[in-house]
Amino acid sequence: MTGPMRFFTLLFLAPAALSAQVPQPGLAPAAPLGIPAVRSSVTPNGIQLRVVEQHELPLVQVTLTVTGGSRLDDRTPGVATFMAGMLDEGAGTRDALALQSELAYLGANLSTTADWDRFTVGLKVPLRALPAALALMSDVVLRPTFQAEEVRRQRDLRLTGLLQARDQPNTLAGLAFNQVVYPASHPYARSALGDSVTVAAYDSALVRRFYEGAMRPDRASLFVVGDITEAQVRTLVEQHFGAWRATGAAIPLPAPPAAITPTATTRVWLVDKPEAAQSVIMIGWPGVERTSPDYAALQVMNTLLGGSFTSRLNMNLRETKGYSYGAGSGFSYRVVPGPFIASSSVRTNVTDSSLVEIFKELRGVRDVAVPEDELNRAKAYVELGIPGTLESTSQVAGQMALLATFGLTLDELPRLAARVRAVTAADVQRVAREYLTPDRAHVVVVGDLAKVKTPIEQLGLGTATTLEVSKIAR
Amino acid sequence: MRIHLLACLTLLAPALTGAQATRLRVPTTVDTLPNGLTLIVHEDHSVPRVATNVWYRVGSGDERPGRTGFAHLFEHLMFMGSENAPYPQFDKLLEAAGAANNGSTTEDRTNYYEFGPSNSLPLMLWLEADRMGWLLPTMDSAKVDAQRDIVKNERRQSYENQPYGVAADILPPALYPKGHPYSWPVIGSMADLSAASLEDVKDFFRRNYAPNNAAIVVAGAVNTDSVRRLVRQYFSSIPRGPAISRPTPPRFTVRDTAIVAEDRVQLPQLYLAWHTVDANHKDAAPLDILSYLLSGARNSRLTNTLVYQREIASSVSAFSDAKRLDGDYSIVARARPGQGLDSLKVAIERELARLASEGPTARELEQAKNARESSFLNQLEFINSKADQLNQYAYFKGTPDYFQKELDELRAVTAADIKRVITTYLRGPRVMLSIVPTGKRELAATRVTIQ
Repeated sequence: MTGPMRFFTLLFLAPAALSAQVPQPGLAPAAPLGIPAVRSSVTPNGIQLRVVEQHELPLVQVTLTVTGGSRLDDRTPGVATFMAGMLDEGAGTRDALALQSELAYLGANLSTTADWDRFTVGLKVPLRALPAALALMSDVVLRPTFQAEEVRRQRDLRLTGLLQARDQPNTLAGLAFNQVVYPASHPYARSALGDSVTVAAYDSALVRRFYEGAMRPDRASLFVVGDITEAQVRTLVEQHFGAWRATGAAIPLPAPPAAITPTATTRVWLVDKPEAAQSVIMIGWPGVERTSPDYAALQVMNTLLGGSFTSRLNMNLRETKGYSYGAGSGFSYRVVPGPFIASSSVRTNVTDSSLVEIFKELRGVRDVAVPEDELNRAKAYVELGIPGTLESTSQVAGQMALLATFGLTLDELPRLAARVRAVTAADVQRVAREYLTPDRAHVVVVGDLAKVKTPIEQLGLGTATTLEVSKIAR
Repeated sequence: MRIHLLACLTLLAPALTGAQATRLRVPTTVDTLPNGLTLIVHEDHSVPRVATNVWYRVGSGDERPGRTGFAHLFEHLMFMGSENAPYPQFDKLLEAAGAANNGSTTEDRTNYYEFGPSNSLPLMLWLEADRMGWLLPTMDSAKVDAQRDIVKNERRQSYENQPYGVAADILPPALYPKGHPYSWPVIGSMADLSAASLEDVKDFFRRNYAPNNAAIVVAGAVNTDSVRRLVRQYFSSIPRGPAISRPTPPRFTVRDTAIVAEDRVQLPQLYLAWHTVDANHKDAAPLDILSYLLSGARNSRLTNTLVYQREIASSVSAFSDAKRLDGDYSIVARARPGQGLDSLKVAIERELARLASEGPTARELEQAKNARESSFLNQLEFINSKADQLNQYAYFKGTPDYFQKELDELRAVTAADIKRVITTYLRGPRVMLSIVPTGKRELAATRVTIQ
């Protein structure tokens, strides 16, 4: 600091510089975790019904899930997400445009999606419009039209979307990662959006067949949260979903795929994006079940490795080295375990150095027990973050639905909080050693290979292979 | 979540069109400390959580030419430690209390927010006070250099390495005249970021980061009187800064402009942008409703025509960006394979002309209002977004509880308003940007003479 500047500072900020800040306040105990009361029942046609009354606002969230999702794709990659997307592109007596017009007129928001484990139809609606909106939701779930022209239109839009995946470095990295981590026979080797060959073959009959085999009341659960009583919900559900019957044979839920043999040594996979300003890095391997007894310890371990701002990966690559705008890691918890991925977008000319630092952190949590203050911070962050996932009606329904995917209920949350409190530094190191395998990793880099290929190869991480964009994003 | 609904609870019922029976209230207590700091408290005891939200009334619009991106760079520096909470204690202390935090910068303001268990409120306020009052003693060149690199990485990740990201650099200087506060992107240029010095940082802090240029919202499971006591305790000794004057930029007319840029993309994308009005102008609400009428739903005019009926675009979106001093309106459409941007441009112009002459149907307008109102209310389930909205109203409207008034303004929009705002703002000079795949300039939209 220069002399005149210092003088100026003191003159200008004299009162602040001279008066001391009051001492840092202590923390009172956090409020206990409150779990809303859930009323459970089963409808005569087999739908699991869960109701939480929340009377603060005249709003209701209705979330329908059907077990299945992209696991059911089998020989038609992408069909689950496509069918889900088609549900509200025409249903009952209305075409796609009329249906959305009607919903929006009611002030309702309806969404239809599929992930790897389930189909989800979500409805958020003002209480007053609930009966009318439920009638439309019932059309969407029970009476989708899959009209040939609408199927063709959405199919062409999806083909356009698949083409544009080639522009997006993060999307490319994700596609490449799944193709190298999972064997071709594994569902995760393929994109849940399908590819240009499989999607081009979609037609109305194929989508309808898939719908009939997949969307069935005995695989369905309804989660209703909001300004309504359970009795009212049961009446409405009977009225709008009571007629739902399965048609034809169910598509069987596939047996879990065979355990994946991890790569014997680390492999490097390179994807060229000429003149890219950054390299997108993904490092990982097959992950772990949500129902693992190690879940709490894994959450704490990942929080301090790459799951929070002060995590090691972020502090190292972003704050200390200035290589990146952010770095992180996480396990994808699905019925069939998804991957563990550590990732970052880094400046092109430090791509090799960034790989070194990520591996250093992946090894660090295995090799050395974490210090007490770091452990306690991560534990508090995980445990005290739980109530933040139960703030809105949509969040409560979403949490219930997600837990149910793994056979769990909201009562799991206080148990999880208790298990998190009990995690020790030894637990963290043990799960790091068991579930982080940096010596048998897949490393994907999407970047300007003219600049980054040689430096990466010189690191000697493992055999490097270049993948063609046109083969990754087909 | 606790929004007070007086009278009946039929807020979104279409039957209540235009009715004033329902009043939406978000009760607040507003104080001004002797040093000029504004405090807004809103109690909501539905979950044991709290959100703090600080707005410094400074954004990229307050930057000097040659130092663009500085307000945002400064936002990053606010996390680099202060005298009593040295780096990286800000993040560590909050995480250890189970709280999360972040900040963001726009043309008009910089916000900082924390959210977490309600018992972490004293810590949140103390940390905000420490960086408002005791930031400079620990500021040095190393911190500036470190965050400068991170912001450059943010610029690479958010714009340079994204398809069509180049538009963010092209549109502001094309829409606003040289020297206008909105004529450069919030993220700034690489050259200006490189030029920022420690002296710039100190000067910027002294001019803009004083209590009289800030407002704090505390929303959640708190006791108003305790919050007021805590804020006085932590913030009172921070001295008032110099008075801030913000000259209103002169009015201007956009020069009709056609720009073509190449990018490594598969499909071309068209941007049409017009100069409109500031957020407090009476036409801000009709322009907002217009965006829904054009692209808010599948049956909206542009989506219906370009994506569903003619299948010449894979996506189209229209949005009104009414800022504090001025505003603009954009329509962005991405072509389907095999389509040039001229066919998209012609289709958009035709739909605008049609809507300007016919106006929306009553049913169409009602759908737009109901949908806008519904998304507005859903967002209020979160104390975090409620807190930020209170701060925005306090700055832009002069009163934090403007919720019902905003709904009233949306409700009052007529078909005639829609026709008028299209004719007034979207039929005149505009910026037309075509981003085309490298080497395919023939796909760009061509310029035509207006009128």
